Amino acid sequence: MSASLGDRCVAGDVRAIARLISLLEDGDVSAFHALPAFLERAGKAHVIGITGPPGAGKSTLTDKLISRFRNKDLKVGVIAVDPSSPFSGGAILGDRLRMQNHATDKGVFIRSLASRGRLGGLSRATNFGVKVLEAAGYDIVVVETVGVGQSEIDIVRIADTVVLISVPGLGDEIQVIKAGIMEIGDIFVVNKADREGADRVLREIRTMLEIQAMLRRGSSLAPTLSKGIGTDLHHGLGAITGQGSLPGLEAVEAGMEIPPVLKTIAETGEGVDLLAQTILERFDAVAKNGSLAIRRFESVKYQLKDMVSSHAMDFFSGESGESRLDAFAREVNEKKIDIYAASRALFSALIKGETR
Amino acid sequence: MERKIRVVVAKPGLDGHDRGAKVIARALRDAGMEVIYTGLRQTPEQIVQTALQEDADVVALSILSGAHNHLFPRVVELLRENGAKDIMVFGGGVIPEEDIPFLKSKGIAEVFGPGTPTSVTVEFIRTHVRKEI
Repeated sequence: MSASLGDRCVAGDVRAIARLISLLEDGDVSAFHALPAFLERAGKAHVIGITGPPGAGKSTLTDKLISRFRNKDLKVGVIAVDPSSPFSGGAILGDRLRMQNHATDKGVFIRSLASRGRLGGLSRATNFGVKVLEAAGYDIVVVETVGVGQSEIDIVRIADTVVLISVPGLGDEIQVIKAGIMEIGDIFVVNKADREGADRVLREIRTMLEIQAMLRRGSSLAPTLSKGIGTDLHHGLGAITGQGSLPGLEAVEAGMEIPPVLKTIAETGEGVDLLAQTILERFDAVAKNGSLAIRRFESVKYQLKDMVSSHAMDFFSGESGESRLDAFAREVNEKKIDIYAASRALFSALIKGETR
Repeated sequence: MERKIRVVVAKPGLDGHDRGAKVIARALRDAGMEVIYTGLRQTPEQIVQTALQEDADVVALSILSGAHNHLFPRVVELLRENGAKDIMVFGGGVIPEEDIPFLKSKGIAEVFGPGTPTSVTVEFIRTHVRKEI
């Protein structure tokens, strides 16, 4: 049944797509049989991650971006993640509220996911959702993150382009560093740019990016040092502020890695044209210069490790897994074996694939 | 793993009162369900496409404008046209008693009037939702 479910997804059957995403989200083993049907389309979609703090305007910006991409005749899939209640396990998923203008557009598929309190599991579920939409023929898949926590960092393992959204008024400049997610942004957006303090946020982000680029160059990108840090910084700044051409793209192509910083007012759509254009042109640039392939390769390696460790955890689930764990825990508690030796013993049992 | 019940909560029609819909959304969330909230002034077409894309088990409609006799059956009809007659539809809001038999004959599973305890709605969903495609 699942094999045909996969084929139905590839054919663009909305119900099949929706159901398969649910099954994969639940970790239903039968659903994974659908994945081989997706291999042909694998890697065809441009995956865009939209991340930033709650209230930054991620959904509104996503809504406006969908329109821009649709104008270019690109089919757009969206995976929007909202938090689950830690108390009831339920969730109110409201991201698509701002995207309902696209609900009846056959070229748009919007799917909400609840975070369900998972750590690694959320990014796995999100990634499978992306794969399903890609297989179903969507040219662009936008992933809107939940806005808080570890999954924000994981987006870089799923998306080809990470758009990091900030807004004025969140706090002092140190927040930009503290957030610890500056490193994952490929394109930076200061949304609600009509508000007071927008230019300051813009300057702070630029400064951080310049410092980051300088530090990187100082260590791993030594060759560019010969050009002199001063001129590089000047170039980077010029690329960012340049209004005529697309900001920062020369820098991306030159491997200088100072990402563009753009201002938007998502509510009115101001600045969104330039953002959409920057996203698409950056993608073309990284596809051409080979850095996209490298990034995707690294992401697959990361996902493989993640999935293998999840299979390993399955070894301890269920009654037999639990009792296996109990046996060793008891020995550790009774001081018959140290915990490291116990873990090695369990690991070799796992490797040998001992039946439960 | 137990499958989560997914419910689309929508307000068809033109009235702007979403308090009832929000109360229901919150109550279903607190009962452990995943609620897709679509907001005000949704067309039946928007609601149905949302239900399909979100793999919803249930569509909960709230209306106070008096257009229920037209809009509720239209949602059921569109779901059927899209091969999704398994998605249950129920309604709430200000619905005159005498309209309820008509709505039920059109495939609305149940109508919950003002003052219905949310626990009744929760229990109704739990009992009636089927999980197979």
